[in-house]
Amino acid sequence: MATAPDIDASANPLDIFRAEAREWIASNFPPSLKGKDNAMSAVEGPHTNSPEEDAWQKAMGEKGWGVPTWPREYGGGGLSRAEARVLQEEMQRAGAWNPIGGMGVMMFGPTLLEYGSEEQKREHIPAIAKGTVRWCQGYSEPGAGSDLASLQTFAEDHGDHYVVNGQKTWTSGGQWADKCFMLVRTDKTKKHEGITFVLCDMDAPGVEVRPIQLISGSSPFCETFFTDVKVPKSNRVGQEGEGWTIGKRLLQHERSSLSGGGSTAGRMFSGASLGQIAKKYVGVDGEGRIADADLRARIARHEMDLRSFMLTLRRTALEAKSNQGPSAATSIMKNVGARIMQERSELLIEIRGFAGLGWEGEGFEEDALKDVRTWLFGKAVSIYGGSTEIQNNVIAKRILGMLDHQ
Amino acid sequence: MAILTEEQTMLRDMAREWADNEAPVSAFRKMRDAAPAAGYDAATWTAQAEMGWTGILVPEAQGGAGMGYVSLGLVLEQLGRNLVATPLASTAAATSAILMGGSDAQKAEWLPKIAAGEVVATLAIDEGPRFDPAKIATKVEGGKLSGVKAFVPEGDSAQLFVVAASDGLYLVSGDAGVTRAPRHLTDSRSHAQVSFDNVPAEALGGGVELIAHVADRAAAAASAEMLGMAESAFAQTNDYLKTRVQFGQVLASFQALQHRMAKMFTELELCRSAVEGALEAIDSGRANVAQEVSLAKAVANETLHLVSREMIQLHGGIGMTDEHDAGFYLKRARVLEAQWGNAAWHRERFARLNGY
Repeated sequence: MATAPDIDASANPLDIFRAEAREWIASNFPPSLKGKDNAMSAVEGPHTNSPEEDAWQKAMGEKGWGVPTWPREYGGGGLSRAEARVLQEEMQRAGAWNPIGGMGVMMFGPTLLEYGSEEQKREHIPAIAKGTVRWCQGYSEPGAGSDLASLQTFAEDHGDHYVVNGQKTWTSGGQWADKCFMLVRTDKTKKHEGITFVLCDMDAPGVEVRPIQLISGSSPFCETFFTDVKVPKSNRVGQEGEGWTIGKRLLQHERSSLSGGGSTAGRMFSGASLGQIAKKYVGVDGEGRIADADLRARIARHEMDLRSFMLTLRRTALEAKSNQGPSAATSIMKNVGARIMQERSELLIEIRGFAGLGWEGEGFEEDALKDVRTWLFGKAVSIYGGSTEIQNNVIAKRILGMLDHQ
Repeated sequence: MAILTEEQTMLRDMAREWADNEAPVSAFRKMRDAAPAAGYDAATWTAQAEMGWTGILVPEAQGGAGMGYVSLGLVLEQLGRNLVATPLASTAAATSAILMGGSDAQKAEWLPKIAAGEVVATLAIDEGPRFDPAKIATKVEGGKLSGVKAFVPEGDSAQLFVVAASDGLYLVSGDAGVTRAPRHLTDSRSHAQVSFDNVPAEALGGGVELIAHVADRAAAAASAEMLGMAESAFAQTNDYLKTRVQFGQVLASFQALQHRMAKMFTELELCRSAVEGALEAIDSGRANVAQEVSLAKAVANETLHLVSREMIQLHGGIGMTDEHDAGFYLKRARVLEAQWGNAAWHRERFARLNGY
């Protein structure tokens, strides 16, 4: 890469910040970690950091740049949105990546900053900003999936604390989380208004975690059982009965982070393009085209879908930047991201034939084995975080103004 | 529904009852967990032979029932419903080759053993991961066959191979010069790379053309198994929607889901017609077997692809868990989709056969 032109420090505050960010990244980001983003490892399993990864996480944690726009007083970077964009550009330029992630950053932190008490923010936000405490989400229950508000886990009032009993499921990373933010019922007579948002230590007596094995063979989700678990009232966020409002706000953060699916999906697959892989497995005709015309047309259709999605991501980002307010197009992101990821997986299998259906053992390329597991795990993407059907309900009701079924 | 003879109706009902009582999906799960090297449960295979299913295609004179492909399809459909894992389909594919291309001596040697369930046989055509019967490098010189076959179904245990060489099909039996390397696919069934190094081989009559005829019969049989899988995946999903309650009502009360089920039902009905049409065309020796088989396999692929995807999505979270059976249908579906030609391959051939 060519050396960037020198920046005239007198020009513009953003340019000054750019120079500062560039210099800081250059002196803190270990070059050996270039392009080795381990963001997904937190989802896939308990990841042991290398010394370089540790050093990078510590540097970013102390600087607060893992959560660049969060207030500096709670350990965030205190940057403006414009500065955060510059930081991201400079990170990309250097091949650096954000080592601070997980549910604390994506969902819980922003929600606590909005609804938490001063004590709660001081207690929890700095640890999230440093990446030292892992959070999991206690929302879904066996009988409360798409209809989340029908949740039954009950928190009984015992004066200065609650006693919680019930079962949560699909607890992502529950087996290696330190703490759990969860929705519990404090009033059985009201549906939505009977829900309260509380925080629980995963090592509290009475919390039991059982990993769920998925069709992909991995177990990123758990069933979590709560038996007479004491939760101090100081761990309640907001008032009793406010849990649904707070919990829904958190889901907005979850959906906006999941809708980046297209760009992260790209990283989850092997490097070569579908067209190149198809040429290798299917062969080419006399003019160098994929020998299977039917498949070739469907690959082109898929790539066009992906390109339209990327352009939509860019358009909504530009619209948000120019303060036109959030675009209606943001509502389609999760569904389109899931669709593209799943279709890509299915196409890869079709292209590779039996070589794309290996489960384990000899005779398969490493990429192909990985893509099989991604294909199977990818079936979850249109189910978790609000299924495709629920997202379509949201589009129909909130964007299109259609009537509720009930 | 095709018009079945009384004998065929009895066969279908018996197969359905046996599969539901003796070989439910939980039996497949047990086999998957036990992971026998052969890729199937020996007792289940013996039971099928005792019921005479290994002899469905074999003429009565050679100890079989001489019932034909519609009958074979009825049984495979019932087995597909419960994902029953045995070498029945692969043995039937090899049987087709012997029936069409075997000499009297070859028939007399192998068909009685096949009918009695004493021999696991299979068809080995492909040399790469995608179905391509036009690309065969395996050669026979001086009665000795050499070549490498990829992803041979039941290749771990087969004692008799029907092997495609550049000039036609050959019978290979015995272990000398045969090397098997297991290939573990998502469906937990037997597939193996099988290498033949200068092994004695007996030619079947019919030359290169026989390869396509035999592959068509294997594809028709696979389509019947896929139809059964799709039917069962559909029925399980339909039952689930009628019991799962969200928002105070069963999921089956939501029109958006009703329409998805109605769409799948529609595809399944079309699929049944196409599959039965192909099997009937084979039995009655019609001239358009190739076209009817391409139709059946392409439609079965698309139908099962759709239903196996929707089974998981409509079950929601529970459908993604290994504890649930939905994943088994998905993982087997893609393997059968790739076997004996995927939908694109059969669409291409259908167009070619129709002159466009």
